[in-house]
Amino acid sequence: MNPQNYLYLAALLFTLGASGVLLRRNAIVVFMCIELMLNAANLALVTFSRMHGNLDGQIMAFFVMVVAAAEVVVGLAIIVMVYRSRHSASVDDASLMKL
Amino acid sequence: MNPGELQAPDIEWSALSPSLIVFTAAVLGVLVEAFVPRRSRYVAEVVLSALALAGAFAAVVVLASGGHATSEAQIAGMGSLAVDGPALFLQGVIVLVGLVSVFLFAERRLEPAAHGAAVDSFAAQPAAVPGGQAEQEAVRAGHTTTEIFPLLLFAVGGMLLFPAANDLLVLFIALEVLSLPLYLLCALARRRRLLSQEAAVKYFLLGAFASAFLLFGIAMLYGYAGSLSYARIGDVVRGEPSALDPGLAGTMGNDALLLIGGAMILVGLLFKVGAVPFHMWTPDVYQGAPTPVTGFMAAATKVAAFGAILRLLYVVLPGLRWDWEPVLWGVAIASMVAGAVIAITQTDVKRLLAYSSIAHAGFILSGVVAVSEDGVSSVLFYLGAYSFVTLGAFAVVTLVRDAGGEATHLSKWAGLGRRSPLLASVFALFLLAFAGIPLTSGFAGKFAVFRAAADAGAMGLVIVGVIASAIAAFFYVRVIVLMFFSEPKAEGPSVVIPSPLTMSVVALAAAVTVVLGVAPQYFLDLASQAGVFVR
Repeated sequence: MNPQNYLYLAALLFTLGASGVLLRRNAIVVFMCIELMLNAANLALVTFSRMHGNLDGQIMAFFVMVVAAAEVVVGLAIIVMVYRSRHSASVDDASLMKL
Repeated sequence: MNPGELQAPDIEWSALSPSLIVFTAAVLGVLVEAFVPRRSRYVAEVVLSALALAGAFAAVVVLASGGHATSEAQIAGMGSLAVDGPALFLQGVIVLVGLVSVFLFAERRLEPAAHGAAVDSFAAQPAAVPGGQAEQEAVRAGHTTTEIFPLLLFAVGGMLLFPAANDLLVLFIALEVLSLPLYLLCALARRRRLLSQEAAVKYFLLGAFASAFLLFGIAMLYGYAGSLSYARIGDVVRGEPSALDPGLAGTMGNDALLLIGGAMILVGLLFKVGAVPFHMWTPDVYQGAPTPVTGFMAAATKVAAFGAILRLLYVVLPGLRWDWEPVLWGVAIASMVAGAVIAITQTDVKRLLAYSSIAHAGFILSGVVAVSEDGVSSVLFYLGAYSFVTLGAFAVVTLVRDAGGEATHLSKWAGLGRRSPLLASVFALFLLAFAGIPLTSGFAGKFAVFRAAADAGAMGLVIVGVIASAIAAFFYVRVIVLMFFSEPKAEGPSVVIPSPLTMSVVALAAAVTVVLGVAPQYFLDLASQAGVFVR
């Protein structure tokens, strides 16, 4: 199968993730969409790695997974903290600082 | 070498010592949190952080005086990190800013003592619900969050790697290592915790969004060039024959990959410096975060991110110059104008400084666009000057307080100059430096940046920059007028006398502002010697 198709899939997933971030209202869902974007980038990296015949892209993908896990730790901590004090995880409610 | 036999990597430990010292201290700081009894943690953490950052600064100075900034510039760590003039200069600035921020973080005389225990401006127990039972118990027990110091050190470590990153993998890792601790630090304010938490969630979601863009851009550039190393990608972008690998036949001619990839990486980096149109997070996060964190973040993140932008544009993408130059022109003009104009309408000191930082991102970008050695060194000088003014200004903001904590609303600053002339004068000095009035560091920096831009033929940019500076000067002067020429209110805020920690921060920032303004030549020379990137 032509590896290019995986690139189209990666671009599609990235776009889905980005539009999810912009359209969805729940902080957890927004965060999941960001994870989807990171994984789309991973798919692109691994596909390019295969096309070029070197391992740089695959190594990068491993690092991205680790970083994504660290980001989950920090992100969920922040989101849960906000949920506990406001009883809502909606990003629209976080508007105390609007001008 | 037999296949399957691993070659041990060859690491230049001494050339990487600044970041190694900081990361070691950060890990030790985590161990202190785990094993040292609660009452002695504060002293242990402050001493450890200050010593580590002072040591890292000494290491930077030793490397620079050993010629690593000029003739001995090298690429260390198997091609992943550059040790050259711009990297060392910016690392020196970042480490100093970090050291001074430790003093700001450690200040314990501003908040009224909670049940006999001196406390800082960070939450007693960040995980507790604001106003809830658990929080009251933590406050009564006099708990403080000493984890801020290892978090600060990790952020500084990431910032040290960011301008030195010489491949895209390190660029991404450094970005995350500097960002993740900052997201947490934003959430830790002792007062106005809801605002602080909101700032953290906004900064986190938008920051992660931007870093996803950066990562996808990295994937595209890797696809184009078949390598993550800056030098190699630069060769492929320039079309050097030695770089024409048959394995690249499939993607080499595909300019779409190159253009989209480069643009997405730039989006990620411009987000970090807060340039228009990626600036929306800046005012909210600057306002909501605890003020010491805001000062640190405003000063150091900008330095690190501009370092990364310079290296990316000058080492990886000089072959694309005709494509990115107009884009950066637009971003610079939009940042200068939008930052200056929106700042006029602000009524909160921290938001005002946030919009001013957006305008300054635009001024610095006009030096980046110059694409010359002068451009690089003017940006380096500007970053050094700007970061200390910013830190000093936010340090002053922590001192003006009323019963509800910091009094950040501008109306409360009316007549401050009559009540505490010294503090108001120092703040006026910082504002004049932001405005770029002669005999302050801001003037020397702006002059250097605009001259580099004009020499490179970007006269339009310089004209817009000067007009934007004039607009910006209006609202800086308005604050000065408010402080000195209006009647103080009866129930106005008072200026708290801080411990020597914050005093030394304000004094150092004021001294740097004056010295760089009156006698900038030595530092301009230093910056111009440091203006060459190693390839």
